[in-house]
Amino acid sequence: MNEAKNGAVSEAVNAPATSVASTVIVGAGPAGIRAAQTLLAHGLRPCLLDESLRGGGQVYRRQPEHFKRSAKALYGFEAGKAESVHTTIDQLQAEIDYRPETLVWNAESRTLDTLHNGRAAQVPFKHLIVATGATDRILPVPGWTLPGVYSLGAAQIALKFQGCAIGQRVVFAGSGPLLYLVAYQYAKAGATVAAVLDSSPFSAQTRALPALLGQPSTLAKGLYYRAWLTAHGVPVHQGVHLHDIQGERRVSGVSWQQGNQRKNLVCDALAFAHALRSETQLADLLGCDFAWSALNRAWLPTRDAAGRSSVEGVYLAGDGAGIMGADAAEMAGELAALTLLGDLGYRIDRARSIELQRQLAAIQRFRQGLETAFPFPEDWAAKAPDSLIVCRCEEVSAGEIRQTVAEGHWEINRVKAMCRVGMGRCQGRMCGLAATEIVAHASGREVACVGRLRGQAPIKPLPFGVEAEQ
Amino acid sequence: MSQPVEVDAVVIGGGIVGASAALFLALSGKRVALLERDFFGSHSSGVNYGGVRRQGRPLSQLPLSRRAHEIWGDLRAFIGTDGEYVRSGHLKLARSDKDMAALVAYEEASRGFGMQLQLLDHAQLRARFPWAGDVAVGASLCADDGHANPRLVSPAFAFAARRAGAQTFEQAHVSEVSHDGQAFVVRTADDQCFRGPWLLNCAGAWAAQLAQQFGEPVPMRAGHPAMLVTEPLPMFMDVSTGVEGGGIYARQVARGNCVLGGGQGFPLDPATARPGQAAILEILRNAVELYPPLAGAQAIRTWSGTEGYLPDREPVLGASSTQPGLLHGFGFAGSGFQIGPAAGEALAQMVCAGASNIDLTPFSITRFQSQPHTSSPAIVVPSGTDNVIPLLRGRSNP
Amino acid sequence: MALLKRLAERDRAVLPFTLDGQPASGLQGDTLLTAVLTAEDSLRGSDFSGEPRAGFCLMGACQDCWVKLGDGRRVRACSTLLEANVCVTREPGRSL
Repeated sequence: MNEAKNGAVSEAVNAPATSVASTVIVGAGPAGIRAAQTLLAHGLRPCLLDESLRGGGQVYRRQPEHFKRSAKALYGFEAGKAESVHTTIDQLQAEIDYRPETLVWNAESRTLDTLHNGRAAQVPFKHLIVATGATDRILPVPGWTLPGVYSLGAAQIALKFQGCAIGQRVVFAGSGPLLYLVAYQYAKAGATVAAVLDSSPFSAQTRALPALLGQPSTLAKGLYYRAWLTAHGVPVHQGVHLHDIQGERRVSGVSWQQGNQRKNLVCDALAFAHALRSETQLADLLGCDFAWSALNRAWLPTRDAAGRSSVEGVYLAGDGAGIMGADAAEMAGELAALTLLGDLGYRIDRARSIELQRQLAAIQRFRQGLETAFPFPEDWAAKAPDSLIVCRCEEVSAGEIRQTVAEGHWEINRVKAMCRVGMGRCQGRMCGLAATEIVAHASGREVACVGRLRGQAPIKPLPFGVEAEQ
Repeated sequence: MSQPVEVDAVVIGGGIVGASAALFLALSGKRVALLERDFFGSHSSGVNYGGVRRQGRPLSQLPLSRRAHEIWGDLRAFIGTDGEYVRSGHLKLARSDKDMAALVAYEEASRGFGMQLQLLDHAQLRARFPWAGDVAVGASLCADDGHANPRLVSPAFAFAARRAGAQTFEQAHVSEVSHDGQAFVVRTADDQCFRGPWLLNCAGAWAAQLAQQFGEPVPMRAGHPAMLVTEPLPMFMDVSTGVEGGGIYARQVARGNCVLGGGQGFPLDPATARPGQAAILEILRNAVELYPPLAGAQAIRTWSGTEGYLPDREPVLGASSTQPGLLHGFGFAGSGFQIGPAAGEALAQMVCAGASNIDLTPFSITRFQSQPHTSSPAIVVPSGTDNVIPLLRGRSNP
Repeated sequence: MALLKRLAERDRAVLPFTLDGQPASGLQGDTLLTAVLTAEDSLRGSDFSGEPRAGFCLMGACQDCWVKLGDGRRVRACSTLLEANVCVTREPGRSL
């Protein structure tokens, strides 16, 4: 039990007895897996809850078991890291209480409510590491509900997880590090990449260089993808404002504005996003304090440098509490686990904890550079036409949101109550940020001053006829 | 400190009762200030199930409920929107012969209030409402009852009051209420001040504090209904439906979503509540036997709110017995949405004419004042009559 | 007609299934989304406009890929693996 795994930490266990189910991790991505590994290395067997079939999270999403592509083909430069994360979860599985395909849909009184295979169950916890990850950050474009339009993350999952391209002639648009990476992966896999439309101007990337140099290997990879695409004849346009995606029943083309020029391109698929947004609903239901993060342009659950949330016994790790990327997620997972162990009275490697905090701080500085290189398009709300469908679930347009603001509403939950934006199946995951931008712009307020969408159970849809275990 | 704004009446609480009182006062030419701590209609009035029904109310409420029915019938004229109000009918299902007998008794007792209840036996129920679960042995239908969207209707009363000339304030936390011998002085946390001879206590679940300040403590407790909505579904349910004796109530809106309620949630803090996993699972497990087309559907959102309940489940509505000029309108026990506009109108009439058109004696706050008895006991609840509870007591379910 | 294009892993067992009552086939390891969209170009109609939708996020977040199975269950096509002989029905949505 107290044998350290993978040499992560190897101190003797000196801790109070803790029952198996009392320490729970939600999310088996890089953060959750490293957290589980660290806990186990100290003799604490956590319960690891994960929605997906196989651990790895989104960034290291695994293909189905019998698929044959190599890690190198799937993850490129990150193959080693992906394999290490996958090997770790494979080894851990037998020794922890690992529950894949398990949705956590609610949290209440130190109990998580889960749904697995149509059955509801409760998982009580004393200590909890929340590693819920992220999804694409979406700024809607006219035509974005057409078949053939996907998020950048979706395009990557289609390829990694299913061996498919999202179309025959694919355009990649938006901004953020994923933009060039996914375009590169598609081209490498034999897809036709019609163009890359980067919303950030080249000048921004030049300005960001000093901060980016703090993580030279990451920077080098980014430059490499772009250079490779250009060398292989893929047109890369910068400073682009997506105007609309055309098509009747599916995508047939895209047009964009660059300077004062309107340009068009024929394509049958388009993937876009502006970096990532944190999945914070669980932290919200747990009662964690939130604070405005200018860097993420979002309300995020607060955590101290060691990973503690504002709620005793609840720890936050990985992109679910602010976007820092997969490497940081691994560190944050290990760090949160060490902090939890330390708080429980286990003897931990303090130096390791401090080193992890130092490395995370360095990555955070690099994040500032990325934000400069791939700036949020602050004029998006001003340019969004009234006819733009912002909320794809409820089909609420920018014009309807503006009308609601014109009637005197400015708080996002209130706007939601009045015009249904963010009220549909996805609970505002896809549109919440965009709606907030429009409300802020239309009401003349700072985006930090229009509130945040409250989390409401169920975190994802929950079926009638559910059976329950007590 | 700011100088007080002189008004005829200050209304504390921007729910449907306070907002409609403000509306009717403003329509009568009174200077009125409506103060809401949060947003208009954002608590019980805005997050309730949305049932607009007379059927099932205690007989004591039916005169007021009948007047409310008239106001609802003219809703757009009053508030400028229909708020998704439809007179779909309200169907009350009975799951046993005993429950059916209670519906029969209620139909007899409530004649004369214009509800025209139709009693349906099992065959008639199956023929008219084939989607209803076979657990129902019969039902009572009130064809002119219906449902509306409380998120839209309740705030719209406040906006209509504003258009009619009321001064309306959201995010206005009342920090101090006093009486200077001639008029009430009401201060807010952001240092606004209002002064007027009438004060309307329409503060919902939080109204007891103000009543207490004027020497009228009431045994109010908070309730937290568990509410849930499904994804949009094919249209199948054309009436708002409840269950005799309590149970899962449901309605389907024009967009296809079904709104369901049943059971109790819990408070997170004095101002917010959640439905709670037990109540949510209870609804998800048991709704299908009452509403079989829900099989395979997904619940996409749940919520709760904070409602004020008095032990007899009747509201407090009418004049203070200790402080001239003070009027109460609170404690509607989760059933205030339909009746709220008529309650607000009655309070406005008391300000304008000294008395309401409808007798409010059953709702007097004096029923909680053990001595001296200033009026006859409002409600008598006989023992051993659990199946005729609807005759005598309010219900939390619609 | 197909929306998605297979680029790799084509060497897998073929699984027959039924799509809207018609015979269809996918490959072992396909999600329902992949199996449907490598032959067709939509998964469902929007609830309020009836416009075609084909999913968006592929990671269980956007809730825009729900399909109905023969046993009455409704599932996210992006996160449900294809099983042999499953009956998948696409819901047409409706126009309000």
